[in-house]
Amino acid sequence: MFPASFEYVRAHSSDEAFSLLQQHGDEGRVLAGGQSLIPAMRYRLARPGVLVDINPIKELDYLIEEGGFLRIGATTRDAALEFAPWIRERYSLITSVSGVVADPIVRHMGTVVGSVCHNDPAGDWTATALAARGVVVVRGRDGLREVPIDEFLVDSYTTAVKEGEMALELKIPIPDGRTQGSYQKIERKVGDYATCAAAVQLSLNPDGTIRQAGIAITAAGPIALRVVEAEAMLIGQLPTPALFQAAAAEAPKIATPNPDQRGSVAYKKDMARVLVGRGLKQALQRLEAGQGGGVSA
Amino acid sequence: MTGETQRQLPDTDFAVVEAPTTLSVSVRINGKVVTRDVEARTLLVHFIREEAGLTGTHVGCDSSSCGVCTVLIDGDVPVKSCTMFAVMAHGRDVRTVESLAVGGKLHPIQQAFWDQHGLQCGYCTPGMMMTSLALLGRNPSPSEHEIREGLSGNLCRCTGYNNIVKAVQQAAEMMAPSAAPEVSHD
Repeated sequence: MFPASFEYVRAHSSDEAFSLLQQHGDEGRVLAGGQSLIPAMRYRLARPGVLVDINPIKELDYLIEEGGFLRIGATTRDAALEFAPWIRERYSLITSVSGVVADPIVRHMGTVVGSVCHNDPAGDWTATALAARGVVVVRGRDGLREVPIDEFLVDSYTTAVKEGEMALELKIPIPDGRTQGSYQKIERKVGDYATCAAAVQLSLNPDGTIRQAGIAITAAGPIALRVVEAEAMLIGQLPTPALFQAAAAEAPKIATPNPDQRGSVAYKKDMARVLVGRGLKQALQRLEAGQGGGVSA
Repeated sequence: MTGETQRQLPDTDFAVVEAPTTLSVSVRINGKVVTRDVEARTLLVHFIREEAGLTGTHVGCDSSSCGVCTVLIDGDVPVKSCTMFAVMAHGRDVRTVESLAVGGKLHPIQQAFWDQHGLQCGYCTPGMMMTSLALLGRNPSPSEHEIREGLSGNLCRCTGYNNIVKAVQQAAEMMAPSAAPEVSHD
């Protein structure tokens, strides 16, 4: 199917993109990888008046560590994270996500920041950013502002980016030597949206107790959801199967999935529990294996 | 596409149909620059098929799922050409399945698909081959698992996957630097 007609403008710098977005107001929409937006336009679920193509902006294509964060630029592709050896060695949560987002071809065009901005209820990167305590850098009328991911994800397909603004990058705290993560996803087939998925990241203190926990589920509500009660339950405790079981049992309490062809509400809620449990277990196994800041899935 | 006049549609909510704005788009396809005035909403796959006349790139699911429309952009990046606007490829290089055979001689990937019967109805084959080309460029000796992973965005509705995997394995051997010089089949 063809999308509805739109006006197309190309931006070559973030200054230019920002000024184009300011100029076009609520008609303007950023086109990054387009792997969610273009299908939505083809189904006429989205009808933006003006697309501001940011793909020519080379300065936004980067993947660097700086100031304690992994910085992912607005035009950085999923494939860049998937294939960077240093990411595979040190970011276990990201590595376990980057190979299961959509399918391999889509990951060559799709962008991480675009996915977070799309804020699909079943997004993989939104749940990951929640578990990893990500921060989105947004360029607004008053300059740059940093928005913690919890505040960034407002509602389905809605973020804290306002009319005329744009997200420039996603920042993920660099995991230290005692931090590991895991992404657990069930899907009907490769490239499908998750039936349910869970992102988990655990950090241990030198005495073996849990210092920090990040747990989020996706395809389980209007947006990816942090399982705050489960996180709180883990802090300061020694990891045990019973503790993990209790933490995982918090996931179905906050999950509000829709019944669809992928499963019933009861099934999806139970999957949220199962996947959080598996994620905790795998993150701990990786910690016990002494796998530094992260090792590939 | 150009030159449409404005038409009045009386007694509807849609008072005026405006002639669509067109843009001049130049894409280097298989080494040859193709320049056309197209609407911004023209998908790359339609530009390739209808404007450049290269129909080896197929349209399958029409919903970004099946990968039969896969082409390579800027050398080695596989993309679904139904999920990219032609304007996004302006000034860039696109490689389609028509680029594989040179001088009537099959590319090793084509030869391997032939030898292994890596096709049944053949509809998905162009996309399979272009994805395989990108995969082997990145990983010249992939494991069976890596091949299956690498091709997982390409659907074969005949479910002929086993022979496709074998074909990619053979192509990897044929394309390895240590492979013996190819013998002419003439």
